[in-house]
Amino acid sequence: MPKVIIDGFEIEVPAGTTILNAARQIGGDLVPPAMCYYSKLKDSGGKCRTCLVKVTKGSNTDPRPMPKLVASCRTVVADGMEVANITSPEVLDARKGVVEFLLINHPLDCPVCDQAGECDLQDLAFEHGSPKTRYEFERRTFEPIDIGDKIKLHMNRCIMCFRCVFLADQLTPERLHGIMNRGDHAEISTYIEKAVDNDFSGNMIDVCPVGALTDRTFRFTSRVWFTNPVLAHRQCNTCCGKTILWMKGDEVLRVSARTTFYGEVEEFICNTCRFEKKNAADWIMEGPADISRHSVIAQNHSHTMQVLKNGVPQYDDSQKPTPKVKSEIE
Amino acid sequence: MPQKIFLEHTGKADLTQIEHYLKFGGYSSVAKALNTLTPEEVVAEVKKSGLRGRGGAGFSTGMKWSFLDKKSGNPAYLVCNADESEPGTFKDRYLMEFNPHMLLEGMIVSAYALAANTAYIYIRGEYWYLIDILEKAIAQAHAKGFLGKNILGKPYSLEIYVHPGAGAYICGEETALLESLEGKRGNPRIKPPFPAVYGLYGCPTVVNNVETLAAVPWIINNGSAAYATIGIGASTGTKLISACGNVKKRGVYEIELGLPVEEFIFSDEYCGGMANGKKLKACVPGGSSVPVLPAHLLLKTEKGEPRLLTYESLADGGFKTGSMLGSGGFIVYDHEQCMVRNTWNFTRFYRHESCGQCSPCREGTGWMEKILYKIETGKGNMADIDLLWDIQRRIEGNTICPLGDAAAWPVASAIRHFRHEFEWHVTNPAEATKPGAVYNGNLLSVV
Repeated sequence: MPKVIIDGFEIEVPAGTTILNAARQIGGDLVPPAMCYYSKLKDSGGKCRTCLVKVTKGSNTDPRPMPKLVASCRTVVADGMEVANITSPEVLDARKGVVEFLLINHPLDCPVCDQAGECDLQDLAFEHGSPKTRYEFERRTFEPIDIGDKIKLHMNRCIMCFRCVFLADQLTPERLHGIMNRGDHAEISTYIEKAVDNDFSGNMIDVCPVGALTDRTFRFTSRVWFTNPVLAHRQCNTCCGKTILWMKGDEVLRVSARTTFYGEVEEFICNTCRFEKKNAADWIMEGPADISRHSVIAQNHSHTMQVLKNGVPQYDDSQKPTPKVKSEIE
Repeated sequence: MPQKIFLEHTGKADLTQIEHYLKFGGYSSVAKALNTLTPEEVVAEVKKSGLRGRGGAGFSTGMKWSFLDKKSGNPAYLVCNADESEPGTFKDRYLMEFNPHMLLEGMIVSAYALAANTAYIYIRGEYWYLIDILEKAIAQAHAKGFLGKNILGKPYSLEIYVHPGAGAYICGEETALLESLEGKRGNPRIKPPFPAVYGLYGCPTVVNNVETLAAVPWIINNGSAAYATIGIGASTGTKLISACGNVKKRGVYEIELGLPVEEFIFSDEYCGGMANGKKLKACVPGGSSVPVLPAHLLLKTEKGEPRLLTYESLADGGFKTGSMLGSGGFIVYDHEQCMVRNTWNFTRFYRHESCGQCSPCREGTGWMEKILYKIETGKGNMADIDLLWDIQRRIEGNTICPLGDAAAWPVASAIRHFRHEFEWHVTNPAEATKPGAVYNGNLLSVV
């Protein structure tokens, strides 16, 4: 198995693992942020360029460094490879640039955006962005459109990660939407505003890293940090039926799929579970969900709550990678 | 007389007719390769000739061919990149229009060398009239037995198809070209894997420029040694240069690599000097993507040696004082032309042509265009120039395909060499925005 050193930490990973996934196995601050890569979606990644890293040594057989920064989500490790992420000023500068590029046309409408609090771009901008924008021109705008009766598309907020396109390609029987136009006028759209209508289309809301695709049944209902995420399941013939309910009191405001530590959906859920089952009685609740986020939503009180099973705290911390903080690496 | 390969017989007869082309010894390399050489020998011959890709990158053609994955068991493809869309470059158009059989002959020999039985010419959509010319030439070659089943009675078959693009510059990038050829959106693929391993329909593929392929017949006919004697050092053979801008005689010229730039611009055999009695201010020597050079750095390198039209000499001094041979799109500017406006114009092009796949190029090209427009229209300030520099620096090298670099380099070089002119636009907006305004400030670099 190839051994790779990332920011001084060595790890042995199976052949074919990407640098990003190797870094995720180490965990902590040295994990490059990823806005477009999604492990569940084949061919995703390589587009947003936030995960750029510097390969300072190619491999044991070919120790030459790679001439350019590479997208860690699409570059496979080689034995003896040495990678610099947060230890390379060049990488941090490039990342800062990418964040700036992603934000120049992104509306700063976080106060009215449903995604605020669980938005990857918000986290990214907080961690790698500048406090001030240098962009002084009018932003590119589109009209928000409904794609189907359950999903709202705010193209203004889209960062063109292509995740929803890959999802539609790979998960649903026929793809009804894609990319129109090109360059900075490219947009996600359905062909002639055709409704996206199939059993799993709702998952594009979960894979969207920003607030471009939002749940119309949840829009403007509540800020996410005022809701309590609860693990729940139900018998479903279409999907796994394992979800997170976002509750306020006894009310189920939103249903979403369960996510991993890096915010990726564990198992996709069907539209019936997501949009139709908004009664607490529809669900068997398991306990509070651990929302592993480093942004505002992780401050939710339920994060620290422990599940009681037979009176014993069952909160399982072992799944989480041991965090390596930046100061420790440097 | 300088050696000519591509344009030796053009003008003597209508070479689009196969009878005329055959009279000048056309298709003899097909017979020679199929009868006397193995595919490996053809590859070795091209490798020895030192032929380098004429599309812009200048990578060794023989080397590229030898990377082709022969073990995969999948059929190999040869794709001719005729999606010539770089502003300032129009050499392939000329070649295909007046000498289409030379391209076909080169493709047959190259496909034989790569053991490919299907080859495509991916042609730029705007070259609609060339599609007719090429398809007629293919039909004629078919009728004479140079294409189709069992070429010249040998157990080798090849079909060539012409596939028009829909008018996207990005489809000249080889992986975007392959996506487009497959019928998909022309977005560049993330490399590796390279086309030699995973190309058209997932099969090993070689993508070569028109001019590169058209040079192959001469190499097979005359031998790699004869080809290697043309040119200087690692820049062997001849190159088509499409000269445009404010010179007396614009057009496509075939030069032996190693011709001094000064001779190319000022001798009567080539461009014939600057038109309308104006002075040489700057030049983009290899198509809009390569860095622009001011006159003093164009004619002489930083070390004071004469600048030659070779891959090495034009790149001498790196991007600080050098440029690139690129695709041979030679754009000449006179002393009355505005570098800010020119840079804005180029950036507008790159903004329009960016595929929108990766963030630095999608957002950065648009941003640069807006800032340059602001400076050009006299509303800019000094901080904008530094901001431009910062943006191009963060695009370059951080994108999926070279379009990001191609958009960044003209901006970087224009600021590097003509910063005073940008500053003049900022400090004297009223004067600079007048129609026909000429910058007279720093004329040190005008020849």
